[in-house]
Amino acid sequence: MSEETKKTKIGYYPGCAITKCSTSEEYGTSVLGVSRVIGPELEEIDDWNCCGASSGHATNHKLSTALSVRNISLAEKDGYDEVLAPCPMCSQRLIVSQDDVENDEKLRKEVEDAIEMPISRNVKVSNYLEIVKNYSMDEIAEKQKRKPEGLKVASYYGCLLVRPPKILKFDDPENPKTMDDIVKAIGAEAVDWEFKTNCCGGGFTLSRPNVVIKLTHDILEGAIDAGANAIAVACPMCHANLDMRQQAIEKEYGRRFNIPIVYISELIGLALGLKPKDLGMDKHFIDTGSVIDTFSDIEK
Amino acid sequence: MKIKITTEERKSDFAKEVEERSGIDVKKCYQCGKCTAGCPVAYEMDYMPNQIIRFVQLGLRQEALTSRTIWLCASCITCTTRCPKEVKIAELMDVLREMALEEGIANPMEKDITTFHEAFLNSVKKHGRISECGMLMEFKRKRPKAALKSALQDVADGSQLMMKGKLSLAPHDIKGKDNIKRIFEKLG
Ligand code: SF4
Ligand code: SF4
Repeated sequence: MSEETKKTKIGYYPGCAITKCSTSEEYGTSVLGVSRVIGPELEEIDDWNCCGASSGHATNHKLSTALSVRNISLAEKDGYDEVLAPCPMCSQRLIVSQDDVENDEKLRKEVEDAIEMPISRNVKVSNYLEIVKNYSMDEIAEKQKRKPEGLKVASYYGCLLVRPPKILKFDDPENPKTMDDIVKAIGAEAVDWEFKTNCCGGGFTLSRPNVVIKLTHDILEGAIDAGANAIAVACPMCHANLDMRQQAIEKEYGRRFNIPIVYISELIGLALGLKPKDLGMDKHFIDTGSVIDTFSDIEK
Repeated sequence: MKIKITTEERKSDFAKEVEERSGIDVKKCYQCGKCTAGCPVAYEMDYMPNQIIRFVQLGLRQEALTSRTIWLCASCITCTTRCPKEVKIAELMDVLREMALEEGIANPMEKDITTFHEAFLNSVKKHGRISECGMLMEFKRKRPKAALKSALQDVADGSQLMMKGKLSLAPHDIKGKDNIKRIFEKLG
């Protein structure tokens, strides 16, 4: 096969939060929409299950490990060398679980017995930013149709993309740059700010909303004070916490934010000329119109 | 904070037990406090993260396992990332939570959090994936007060999500749900 015809098909593990009719479906919609234009080709892993998320690892390590690696074994069975898990909760769980069974023979046996499959050693799990960086930067430059004017983006990575750094080995855990590079590549300004990897309260949305409100307030304030007019994310939980609660936060702290929270995949999609609706941008709580309006056709 | 340590506790092998379960050597911690300094939830905790490690070092099982801190830890892993002695504190919190549940001594003040985890995993056990609606209903039924808390009402009753077509009422069962059930039976 020549280099030209060789295709990279990547196993797609959406996870529960970003599938259709879920709380963060626009993330899945935009990731898939963008990949149809610039690749890489994504194919959903057959019969994937929930990774257990924070409730799994917070209460039962073995169960959490088994739920996670079952998906990796399924991916191998389907013939994929690489899996994209756009939700960082999922990618972190999958990668950490792979590492755990790699370093603990007894755990590996117990988990293999539970999932009733051998555990694959050869599947690489990637987050969305890695996939864009490794496969799509040239394609974005080539196929870009629209460009933003005056869009100042604070790239927010949160916890799960970068920590634990020794195992995930992705970017600088204190000052990551991958998302900023993508923001700059499409012609927006990447704002320098201090809250890139602060925690948003993650899974406490339901059980401890007061914690989420404090932490997200600090992040929103940090972004606005640094001059951003949008925050870009690559995590459904970060998105939900920052987007869904701004009214409650404004009430609690007496400061108005009203700052759109956009997925990085949505920004790429806008740059490629995809329709906002086809990217799911009408599904946000904070209106994304002010971001969409900064984009205009590139004159060729 | 002053805590009296009994001879029994001093001689206990709690630290060793934790180490065996987790592979984490708590002896390495020299109490610099860097973990606590960077912890985003420290302000809500009853004991600081470094104090939890100290409890384990000293064999203070009860203090560690009944603390609210282990439940309030958001698993952000900032502590593990920054610890100069490479103590995996975030991962230690996982182990302590697991032990507290096994021994039935999880702090009742944090029942909202433990119930959320329960409801989440129940949904996975049943369907293989999360049914957001089912999980919300179970949480609401078991913790009505928490579900009503003003700030979260919009999320907990799901009406706003439903309006945006983001909350599916029908759970999706995976084909391998019997396998998932067996995973829970073996390891749950
Ligand atoms: S940062 Fe590490 S060494 Fe310092 S107190 Fe925390 S666990 Fe101990
Ligand atoms: S993992 Fe837990 S203890 Fe460690 S910094 Fe984050 S919230 Fe604090």
